[in-house]
Amino acid sequence: MTTVFGVPLPAILGQLMLGLVNGSFYALLSLGLAVIFGLLGVVNFAHGAFYMLGAFAAYIGLASFGINYWWALLLAPLAVGLLGMVIERLFLRHLYQVEPVYGLLLTFGIALIAEGVMRSLFGASGKSYPVPPLLQGGFNLGFMVLPIYRAWVILASVTVCGVTWFLIERTRLGSRLRAATENAKLVQAFGINVPLLVMCTYGAGVALAALAGVLAAPVVQVSPLMGSSLVIVVFAVVVIGGMGSILGAIVSGLVLGLVEGLTKVIYPEASNIVVFVIMAVVLIWRPAGLFGKEQ
Amino acid sequence: MRAQIITVYVALAALALIAPFLGLYPVFLMKLLCFAMFACAFNLLLGFTKMLSFGHAAYFGASAYVTGWLVTAQGWGTIAGILGGVAVALLLGLVIGAIAVRRQGIYFAMITLALAQLVFFVCLQADFTGGENGLQGIPRGSLLGVVGLGNDRTMYYFVLAVFVAVFVLIRRIVHSPFGQVLKAIRANEPRAVSLGYKVDRYKLMAFVLSASLSGLAGSLKALVLGFVTLSDVSQTSSGEVILMTLLGGSGTFLGPVIGANVVVTLQEYLSEVVGAWVSVIIGAIFVVCVMVFRRGFVGEIQRRFAQRSGSAAL
Repeated sequence: MTTVFGVPLPAILGQLMLGLVNGSFYALLSLGLAVIFGLLGVVNFAHGAFYMLGAFAAYIGLASFGINYWWALLLAPLAVGLLGMVIERLFLRHLYQVEPVYGLLLTFGIALIAEGVMRSLFGASGKSYPVPPLLQGGFNLGFMVLPIYRAWVILASVTVCGVTWFLIERTRLGSRLRAATENAKLVQAFGINVPLLVMCTYGAGVALAALAGVLAAPVVQVSPLMGSSLVIVVFAVVVIGGMGSILGAIVSGLVLGLVEGLTKVIYPEASNIVVFVIMAVVLIWRPAGLFGKEQ
Repeated sequence: MRAQIITVYVALAALALIAPFLGLYPVFLMKLLCFAMFACAFNLLLGFTKMLSFGHAAYFGASAYVTGWLVTAQGWGTIAGILGGVAVALLLGLVIGAIAVRRQGIYFAMITLALAQLVFFVCLQADFTGGENGLQGIPRGSLLGVVGLGNDRTMYYFVLAVFVAVFVLIRRIVHSPFGQVLKAIRANEPRAVSLGYKVDRYKLMAFVLSASLSGLAGSLKALVLGFVTLSDVSQTSSGEVILMTLLGGSGTFLGPVIGANVVVTLQEYLSEVVGAWVSVIIGAIFVVCVMVFRRGFVGEIQRRFAQRSGSAAL
């Protein structure tokens, strides 16, 4: 049997596959974070909580209302996105005038509230969400078995990331968004409703997190704290990619997922920390991040 | 005004001295002091240098673990154990600080948070920390083999003495020429650079000081309670110390002390009554603080007084 670093090849490919699945979640989450940061200048600490709420929305939808996976993919991001818009309107909007760290602190508080509420209602233990019937089983590729659901997660998130990138970089709506990022006052003067644009952007970023949550529900345990340490990894991913960069967020999300998977094969003890170590190295070597521009 | 401030301090000192005789549980009082010390150390960064570190539990917790391990497994004396813990916190602060001060504001917060998470995972996986179980049965030992600290009241006065020393030290640092440079950086960093100050070096110095004093607080907490758990190095603790400082009033001397007392007392009593809802309440206080109460208790009081009679410094 072929081995690399003394590990059988199928095992490595399996771990790389898992890494790529994690990388898909990182990419979706860091993309939303980057979009929000670009326009609002807010680092959304509640991103992990919204991811968790997305997964719970799917779980509750199935358990209590019989809403299947495919509808959950649509409805959960919508519901969580609406919640995000309400939060932007009620709280975040009043903080744009003060220092950006207050946005971080506010969203941290919101994350605590969301996690506390879910823990009180559902307990701390994880719930399992079934893989939808259509995506069960796996392809036999000869050298390894590829679970269909995992392939679907990678495909879906790469597609969503690509569409989002296209929307922002290549459409009229995206050009307004980018213009508002550069100079909100001027864009407002041209008759574009910037506050509405900001509210919808926050909602969209949050919806991406919730979508990641629904995609993750069948492969991880749905629990109130599932997002709380993930959000820190995603922060590191965004710092590595360079804060404002959309493409940077997507690419570094996927690549770091792969790197994490590879570390699990070579040196499992370090797999939790490898992203943070890479972040430290990148900061020493290129403080603005790999895709970021030096201000 | 000065007389009023002195009155406040004298009253608080008297209260602290007689507190164990007022029927209050000494271990709880010591816990209050440890977290007050932690918040004061944190405030040195947030309040006086305006650097929001989101990972201060790393220094607090790492020092607690190291002290606990040294005293329990290595048989070190109490003072040596504390110094060992603080030394580790200092080194961690030096390494993490050196990386983090390369970026400002929001980036600084994210970087300190991520690197603190690295420390958390190391504590989770390392052997000497006991992993998920943490360290238990840490002996308090004695002061240089002379005064036994097993007695709660003796330990209380020891912790109180260290706390007062740290409090005075922080006041001294803030009012020193070094502290004035920190204030200049807080007010306008580019100007401080243009005046020729090596801003990064000052910020790193403040960071290391803050990390070391946080470590001291963690070490004492380990000895007081006799155990260290993963929650001491977790992001939740990092968030809580921010809340304590913010709620009491960042950039004031007494603010963090009051904030720490309020938050720890709330947690202690609420967790019995409302269970998991306590984190909802803490989160709600966070939101209220950030939205309408950014000056904190002491900051608000100071503003009221300052409107009437010039400046004040509690």
